[in-house]
Amino acid sequence: MLYREAGQFKTSYAKDQAIFPILQDRVMMVLMLVVAFVGVPMLASEYWLSTIMLPFLVFSLAALGLNLLTGYAGQLSLGTGGFMATGAFAAYKLAVAFPEMNIVIVFLLSGVITAAVGVLFGLPSLRIKGFYLAVATLASQFFLIWMFNKFPWFTNYSSSGVISAPPRAVFGDFFVTGSSASPANKYLFTLVIVCVLALAAKNIVRSHVGRSWMAIRDMDIAAEIIGIKPLQTKLGAFAVSSFYCGISGALWAFIYTSSVEALAFDITRSFQILFMIIIGGLGSILGSFMGAAFIVLLPIFLSNAPTMFGLNISVDLISHMEFMIFGALIIFFLIVEPHGLARLWQIGKEKLRLWPFPY
Amino acid sequence: MSAHGERTFGDVVLRVDDVSLSFGGVQALANISFEVRDGQVLAIIGPNGAGKSSMLNVINGFYHPQQGTITYKGETRRQMKPHHAARQGVARTFQNIALFKGMSTLDNIMTGRNTKMHKNLFWQALHMGPARKEELEHREFVENIIDFLEIEHIRKTPVGRLPYGLQKRVELGRALAAEPELLLLDEPMAGMNLEEKEDMSRYVLDVNDEFGTTIVLIEHDMGVVMDISDHVVVLDYGRKLADGSPDEVRTNQLVIDAYLGVAHD
Ligand SMILES: Nc1ncnc2c1ncn2[C@@H]1O[C@H](COP(=O)(O)OP(=O)(O)OP(=O)(O)O)[C@@H](O)[C@H]1O
Ligand SMILES: [Mg+2]
Repeated sequence: MLYREAGQFKTSYAKDQAIFPILQDRVMMVLMLVVAFVGVPMLASEYWLSTIMLPFLVFSLAALGLNLLTGYAGQLSLGTGGFMATGAFAAYKLAVAFPEMNIVIVFLLSGVITAAVGVLFGLPSLRIKGFYLAVATLASQFFLIWMFNKFPWFTNYSSSGVISAPPRAVFGDFFVTGSSASPANKYLFTLVIVCVLALAAKNIVRSHVGRSWMAIRDMDIAAEIIGIKPLQTKLGAFAVSSFYCGISGALWAFIYTSSVEALAFDITRSFQILFMIIIGGLGSILGSFMGAAFIVLLPIFLSNAPTMFGLNISVDLISHMEFMIFGALIIFFLIVEPHGLARLWQIGKEKLRLWPFPY
Repeated sequence: MSAHGERTFGDVVLRVDDVSLSFGGVQALANISFEVRDGQVLAIIGPNGAGKSSMLNVINGFYHPQQGTITYKGETRRQMKPHHAARQGVARTFQNIALFKGMSTLDNIMTGRNTKMHKNLFWQALHMGPARKEELEHREFVENIIDFLEIEHIRKTPVGRLPYGLQKRVELGRALAAEPELLLLDEPMAGMNLEEKEDMSRYVLDVNDEFGTTIVLIEHDMGVVMDISDHVVVLDYGRKLADGSPDEVRTNQLVIDAYLGVAHD
């Protein structure tokens, strides 16, 4: 009943262009942020913070990155894992080579390096699309992981190939990586990065840059005829997307797992993130978060559900069920609702807006 | 007589010179030459498969003719990239609507202004200062087009959900957003009812009158062609049959035999 657009006249285009033109949406967003920044760190256990909230945030960022490329610019990529690995190793090399450098700068630079790598591996997109592009990005995925495993320079010649992230503080003794970093610090730091980058992504997709991505996605020939340059546009999308994936990879290695290893970013990671944006919603910022939440929470829900309902199901079966549920959902969303959970959420809101008079 | 009375035109802005184009064995265009003057409304007519769409595609660089040249604003060329033509002030619509289906009416028309928006990614990401100012300026321009085409009510609707007639109008809006000097319209009124056709004719004439935009359009409805065009080029099987004022073309025996006779059976 209270969710209303009526009576809120948009007095200018500037207001109309606001991210949340409806007051109730703005209130909701502020509430969510308060919960995320104040509620969660106060109430959530360390276990929750470090095993659910952290991966959720890191995954959200990677899903956001892939969604910019695939959901908005229409370039299907299976190289997400490779780009995350690039970000992780770039951050490691930078952090070790320049111990004085602030960790925020390290992460930003590793994003920039990944962006450059992304542009390089995005070059085939100028010639090929769809399935063939997916195969080409798959090749880049394998190449990148192979490269990080093959050359010990990337791991600073560590014998095991697994290295732990060096301890760093953002300021003073606010450590966010290493053993002295508390889960709350890690969570807050990641949350800030993810919020800032999500806002930036939202701004980009509603700008002329985002419109040119969507134009290329919806009809590349028509886009070119109205003056959009395919080369710049596609490579731009690869750059921005890889920037996000790179930072996500750096956060994964430094903050979530505290160790840098290529194995964490293999092809299954790429697929996992692709599934997130399919379930969450292609071409939706919110959908990236919903998809990440879903994929992080589903296994936890499944492994707790049997005991909750007093059923006796073997662990084996549960992990199989996970795959089956994912598979079914992906088929469902691909066929029935390509805009994913985000679209279902929007439909729900539209219903609510009209409620109780559904016409 | 054309709807806007005696009219005078400027210099030749577009000259098509001896253009030939074939696809494998199909000769789509054979030695076509004609001129378009600044401020003119020129109609290309002809039966199905005559090569009309191919002609527009050659003009905006989408097809590359095997022979002949296009001279636009004094620059002669055979090959050109479509996005280059767009930056030179050529905009167009398509026979089979080529809108961006996943985007709203507003966003579709905004893409028409893309070549005029330059603020870089950094400012866009912040959505502040110059980027915000730029966005608002262009939004205002686009809102004027939306008013002009009377599509305010579908501003936020994804174009994929719109009926055909409205999609055609949105596509015209996107072309107009680029402030073209030369506007190419491929069957802008196809599949429309009488009222929609009248609206569309009015928009075309208004654009031509108000902004002096040169227009080349393809149309099958002879009534519309006679009403709105200053000059008519008739194609048949890739050849040019006639080229003249609507009255000259209407009374040309070759045209009557080849085209009008068939259409008015
Ligand atoms: N891309 C293409 N590949 C192969 N053949 C083509 C292509 N484009 C056009 N043609 C052929 O060229 C000829 C002219 O086609 P065009 O589309 O220019 O005709 P048109 O006058 O626009 O016809 P209509 O009134 O049906 O739109 C046709 O025989 C068509 O099959
Ligand atoms: Mg045609």
